[in-house]
Amino acid sequence: MADPVIRIEKLFKEYVTEAGTVPVLRSVEFNVMPGEFVAIMGASGSGKSTLMNILGCLDIATEGNYLLNGRDINHMDRDELALLRNRVIGFVFQGFNLLPRANLADNVALPLIYRGISRTERLEQANQMLEKVGLGKYGQSRPNQISGGQQQRVAIARALVNQPKLLLADEPTGNLDTKTSKEIMALFTELNQREGITIVLITHEPDIAAYANRLIRLADGRIVYDGPIAHADAEHLESTS
Amino acid sequence: MITAMLSEAWMAMWANRLRTILTMLGMVIGVGAVILMLAVGQGAQQQVQASIASMGSNLFIILSGSTTSGGVRMGGGATPTLTVTDAQSLEELPSVAAVAPSSPGVAQLVYGPNNWSTQIIGTTPSYLQVRDWPLSAGSVFTDSDIRSATRVALLGQTVAQNLFGDESPIDKTIRIKNSPYLVLGVLAGKGQSLDGRDQDDTVLVPVTTAQNKLFGTQFAGTVRFIMAQADSADAMPRVEKSINELLRQRHRIRDGADSDFSIRNLTAMANTAAETAKVMSLMLGAIASISLLVGGIGIMNIMLVSVTERTREIGIRMAIGARGKDILLQFLLEAIIISVIGCLIGVLLGVGGAYGVQAAAGMAVEVTVNSIVTAFAVAAAVGIFFGWYPARKASMLRPIDALRFQ
Repeated sequence: MADPVIRIEKLFKEYVTEAGTVPVLRSVEFNVMPGEFVAIMGASGSGKSTLMNILGCLDIATEGNYLLNGRDINHMDRDELALLRNRVIGFVFQGFNLLPRANLADNVALPLIYRGISRTERLEQANQMLEKVGLGKYGQSRPNQISGGQQQRVAIARALVNQPKLLLADEPTGNLDTKTSKEIMALFTELNQREGITIVLITHEPDIAAYANRLIRLADGRIVYDGPIAHADAEHLESTS
Repeated sequence: MITAMLSEAWMAMWANRLRTILTMLGMVIGVGAVILMLAVGQGAQQQVQASIASMGSNLFIILSGSTTSGGVRMGGGATPTLTVTDAQSLEELPSVAAVAPSSPGVAQLVYGPNNWSTQIIGTTPSYLQVRDWPLSAGSVFTDSDIRSATRVALLGQTVAQNLFGDESPIDKTIRIKNSPYLVLGVLAGKGQSLDGRDQDDTVLVPVTTAQNKLFGTQFAGTVRFIMAQADSADAMPRVEKSINELLRQRHRIRDGADSDFSIRNLTAMANTAAETAKVMSLMLGAIASISLLVGGIGIMNIMLVSVTERTREIGIRMAIGARGKDILLQFLLEAIIISVIGCLIGVLLGVGGAYGVQAAAGMAVEVTVNSIVTAFAVAAAVGIFFGWYPARKASMLRPIDALRFQ
């Protein structure tokens, strides 16, 4: 069996506030194998966003191990983490997080800048990616000229432009209507099935989670369910919004 | 990579055009002021130096001093006590290069329909050496002209212009106080003296001619002042001392009594003037530098605002793989571009302003490559210095905090 893409062991995360330390994640443990499509659900405050940020190397756990692609990120410096975010992870946010000033092609090409790729090649790859998400004609448009669903497609194109192994999506459909959400989820499913990209996605909605193969349910910083989505109880699938 | 960063920086600056331009304006004014002030200062310095050079080097001027007559002290030069033979004896002193007695007066000159009033100096050929003043045409009168007090003259440029226009004055005869004088030569142009007089508005005649034929004098053989030149700057204190001793001896002045002459060291005075001009120039530069500093602080201010405003953008960039140094470089580049472009415009305005001042106010200006290079280097340094802190602040942000920033 192949090595897991994500391997986390006894992960703790605490926030230090004026009122004292607040535990957010308590001994979270799971593996994600290559090609898996995982949905993480949980109520607000259950720690799922914190978990996602740690998985995305944007934040560091207080305690525990996180091996990404077999490499322990606890011992990495800021530059090495930046490199992982650039090459290994693609990130899709709820709020799209496109640069409003740049056109879509430049937005998609942004991760390639930090890889030191020439401008012509950057734009070529960016346009290919836009093509892939069905926005090939919109390279010169600005983010505010297109719809939310289209913006999320651009964000996905940007996440994919460096051919990452792992795609992390933090409530990618949270700002979208049902129809557009379905289109975005169809895109994720296609990326997962056709290209074998490992996807970890946070959602509130059971019907979005249903696109995944596996469900992880968090409550109070602990995993309360981890298994195939088909076997999950109604309780674990219920909407958290 | 760097070109990508440059275009990113350019985009960010373009997006905030007005702010960028205003920030730049601080640099433009700072650099422009430095260039302009240095140009004006250097111009003044050059002018002073040119005046000093035109005066002649290592120069003493010996004036007839005050005399006391029945308890009444007369002012300096009231009684002529110096004579041509004093001058001749000074020539014998060691380290004295040349001595020129001078007997000045004012008279009206006439040539054909033109006339002109000017200062006429009776002197010896040594005067030209002492003043370091070559002829532009013709020849100098000789010692035999002095012995026989012939009516010959050398004209300064201004006099030649006013009497002769474009005509050559050589070998022409002019009339001074109704006597004919043969013009032997024309002096080269010297320009203004330190106190702003036109040095070319003068005529030289043999000292004996001035004394005996032109002005006459109460005391035969006396001159108003004597100019003496030491053969080196080092020798000046020594020469001053020996002139003093010799003249006291010749004038039979008892120990302890006041001299009836005074010696002025013109070079020392000139150096003071040069020093003053230099200090002025430095001060102007220093004041202008303050505006450059203020411009730099303006850059820092705006960059700090910009970093705060774009925290989210920084978070996005970090989330997709920007390293701290990429962010640092991006913001640093913006600061440097602003200061370098501001500097370019400032140089253009400063140089233009300098020549504008020259044209409008008739002030001498001197734009040196040095001042431009300095202004440029300082501007780049200001950009880096004041851009560094905000850029570093941006690069040190934690990705998660930057992304969450609203």
